[in-house]
Order: sequence, then C-alpha cells, then structure tokens
Amino acid sequence: MLHITELRHGEVQALHLCESCAQDYLNPSQAAKSASTADSGAAGDASELEELDQKVCPNCGISFKEFRAQGRLGCPHDYVVFADELMKLLENIHGETTHVGKVPKRSPQASQLQFQLIKLRNELRSSVEEERYEDAARIRDSIRELEESRSRSDTPAATSESE
Amino acid sequence: MDLESLTRTSGEWLKATGPDSDIVMSSRIRLARNLAQFSFPSRADEVARREIEELLRSQIAKKPAGRELTYISVSALSQIDRQMLVERQLISREHSENQGQRGVGISDEENVSIMVNEEDHLRIQVLRSGFALEDCWKEIDAIDDAIEADRTYAFSDRLGYLTSCPTNCGTGIRVSVLLHLPALVHTKEIQKVFQALQKINLAVRGLYGEGSQAMGDFYQISNQVTLGKSEEYLIRTIQDVVPNIVAYERRTRQALVSESRRELHDQVSRAFGILKTARTISSEETMDLLSSVRLGINLGLIEGLEIPTINELFIHTQPAHLQKIRHEKLETVDRNVARADYIRQRLNEQN
Ligand SMILES: [Zn+2]
Ligand SMILES: [Zn+2]
Repeated sequence: MLHITELRHGEVQALHLCESCAQDYLNPSQAAKSASTADSGAAGDASELEELDQKVCPNCGISFKEFRAQGRLGCPHDYVVFADELMKLLENIHGETTHVGKVPKRSPQASQLQFQLIKLRNELRSSVEEERYEDAARIRDSIRELEESRSRSDTPAATSESE
Repeated sequence: MDLESLTRTSGEWLKATGPDSDIVMSSRIRLARNLAQFSFPSRADEVARREIEELLRSQIAKKPAGRELTYISVSALSQIDRQMLVERQLISREHSENQGQRGVGISDEENVSIMVNEEDHLRIQVLRSGFALEDCWKEIDAIDDAIEADRTYAFSDRLGYLTSCPTNCGTGIRVSVLLHLPALVHTKEIQKVFQALQKINLAVRGLYGEGSQAMGDFYQISNQVTLGKSEEYLIRTIQDVVPNIVAYERRTRQALVSESRRELHDQVSRAFGILKTARTISSEETMDLLSSVRLGINLGLIEGLEIPTINELFIHTQPAHLQKIRHEKLETVDRNVARADYIRQRLNEQN
C-alpha cells in the first residue's frame, strides 16, 4: 500500500493505492489523465475529471472518486459501470485487456442476476437504516425470489460444455 | 490443528524435501476469487461479511478436492495469534490487520490456506517445499474447481475473474517462489538478477512480502501481470527463469568456496558460534547469521545440523512465535533475550 497526498481542485486528497496501481497513477501517461486529454482539448480536463469522479455504481454505491481514493473497487459490477476508465488502467497495468485462461465451468450468464442481488442487498440495508420497514420487507421478498431463481439456474449447467 | 501446537511444529514447506530446496525455500500459488452476488469485502457491511463467511466456511468444511481444513475465525484471534499466522505465511499482513468478520481455513500440513474476506472474498493459497510449482498448480486448480462447483464466482468473459483490485483481475493468480540467495547478495551480483527480472515483468520482494526489506537473503519472485496471459503461461515464465537463478547462485557459491574457502569457512563458523552462545540477539542479526549458517550447511562447511532446523528457526524466532513459546507478552529487549535462549537451546540439542 502506498499513501499519496495530492492537491486536486484546491482540496487535499489522500490516495491509498497498492504498489502497481500507484505506479500507474504517478506515471504521467496514467489512465484518467490520458483518458480525458485523448478525447478532447486540455480545456475540458478539470470538469471532465470532476464528472468522471462523480460516476457511481448503482449496485454498491461506490463513486469513481472513492475508488481512486481507496484503490479498491466496491463490487463486480464496477467493471461494467467504470468500464471506460478501467480499461485504460488495466491496459497500463497488464498491457492487455482480454482474459486468456481458466474459465469457470458454471455458466456466467447468471451475472446480471448477481448484480441485481448486490443492488437489492444494499437497498435493503439503507431502508433498514432509514427505518423504512415496508420497503425493507418488499426488498427482502424480491431478494428471496431472485435467490430462488438463481439456485435453480445455479445447478451446474449441463456438463456437456466442459467435457 | 490448534494454534498452541504451531509453536512446536513447522509447516511441510519448511522441511526442505522438495526439488532444489537448498536454494528454493518454497513455491506458492494463490488465486483471488469473489462470489458474484456480493460486494467486495471492503464495501460489504458486517451482515454481508457474515453471510459471505458462512457460505465459504461451509464450502471449506466440504473438504475441497479432498483437503481437510481447520477453519479459524481470524477476527476472534488475539493480535499475537494473528501475527503468528502472518509469520508462518498462512495469512497476509492485510488479513491480520483488517477489521470485520474474516477467517482462514488451514490444512494440517500448512500447505493449503484459504482466506475468507481478505481483499477478495477468497484467497486460496497452496505452498510446497522447494521448486514445485506444477504440484501447487495441480492442487490449487482442483480446490478452485471444487468450490466453483457450488458457488458462482464473479467472472466476465472479457476480463476473467473480477477482483477488488484491478491489479489481480483476469486469472487472479499470483505465482511465487522464495529463494535463498546469500552468495549473490554477498558478491552484489543480485542487482543483475533484479534487472533481468524487471525486464520480463516479474516482481522481487523480501521475505515478508510487500515493502519489507530482504531478510536473511531471502527473495520472493512473482508475476505482476494477471490479465491477458494464461495461468500456464504465467507459471512457465517463472518456471523458466528460476533454474537460471539457482544455477547462478550455485556457481557463485562454488566460486566463493574455491577463491576464499578459509574466509567463508571462518564467516559461517563464527555465525554458528554466535548463535550457539549469544545471550541477547535482535531479529535482524538472527536472520543474517541463520542465512550464513544455512549456506555453511549446504556447502558442507558445518556438520551435524540439518537444513529444516534452520528453516524452522527463521520462523520460530519471529516476535509472535517467541511470545507464544514463552506464553507471555515480551517487549523488544526481553524478546532479544528469549530469542537467544531459544536458539541456544535448539542448536545445542542438535549436537
Ligand atoms: Zn491496486
Ligand atoms: Zn459496485
């Protein structure tokens, strides 16, 4: 873990990044900066970065700014929500952006369902925190329903594929 | 397996039974995995963390790939017990220092450990004595398959296994080998090794991982890239490079022996002498001296002492182990005395 303090938009920000992410961040050709300069003139930089930072994952609630501050993503769906920004970071870290290697035998088509579950669980938490118990009950029912349909689809997909 | 007995035993990987174990202390592979339906641990609240832990604990109880593992709730352990697991390389420093519900499943031989709610929901790790990455991969692949048969992992066709930190996504694999390189350190040839490794995208670290200085001339070499290359390719990259380093270290040792046998013999004998007689000794000095003695045994300059004893001393002289052995909390000064006592006892009982 590396701890970096930077001045951004007139505000002091502490960044906590793991070694390799920090290297990418400190590198002048790093992701976010090259992302915004590549698409438009330098004039738009600050506001574009600002805008980018505000982007929030609807499932876990993490903002891109929070990700930048912690160096950790909030949930698997972030890879979809922050796809554009992350692709550049991944390219910088790994030199490639396409997985080559082991694939789980169980079908990954269920993933949309999974993302939905994460979202509902978080809604459930905030509805309980805010004492909206009727909402909470409704959300709990939807979770139960989704989980039932998931456990049906979770029974190992036809083995023919893996053989 | 219980924590008390750990102070009297050592893991299978310290027994120097594997190939090239005079230089390759251990081989290790870990996989990072996440359950698709939950937020990553840093973003999951206590309720979710508990749910994740329950799911994975029951998964671990099902003996994945025939492996019997003891599950320990890390959040319930004292600071010293957690530290001891770090010293034994069974959990990461991060896992020890984190907050919230978390645990680890450990095999009796200590060559499999599965962390739950670390940076990712699952961090599966397989360790072996010596240079044995093939064995590590075979076993970890089977454990991964067994867990995946019941649980849906977060996975994307494009990006592979999705992880909390973008540095691990894709394969989620970290392949590493722990090397003892006293001759290359002594002759400062080690710098050349570093440069060569950096060129092929491999990372080099000291014994206790990230940020720590090399202790006792131990270096850990591991892959950095996890996306866009297959597991087999990443394993092979390390498999191809290690024999060169091992040969380099051996050549350098032989050169040292033929050019300055007397000085070398004197150095390792003095190191052995200090360890056998010291009344107080720091952790750093211990590591340095043990490194010399380990080299001396391998070169036949010290007799009547076995490599596994030295390997074990590297671990058992760490702060948490010493305090567990003595059953009391010790400040640095007292630890140095306890360390010297322990080493004297272990080395003098040998001859
Ligand atoms: Zn990172
Ligand atoms: Zn998210």
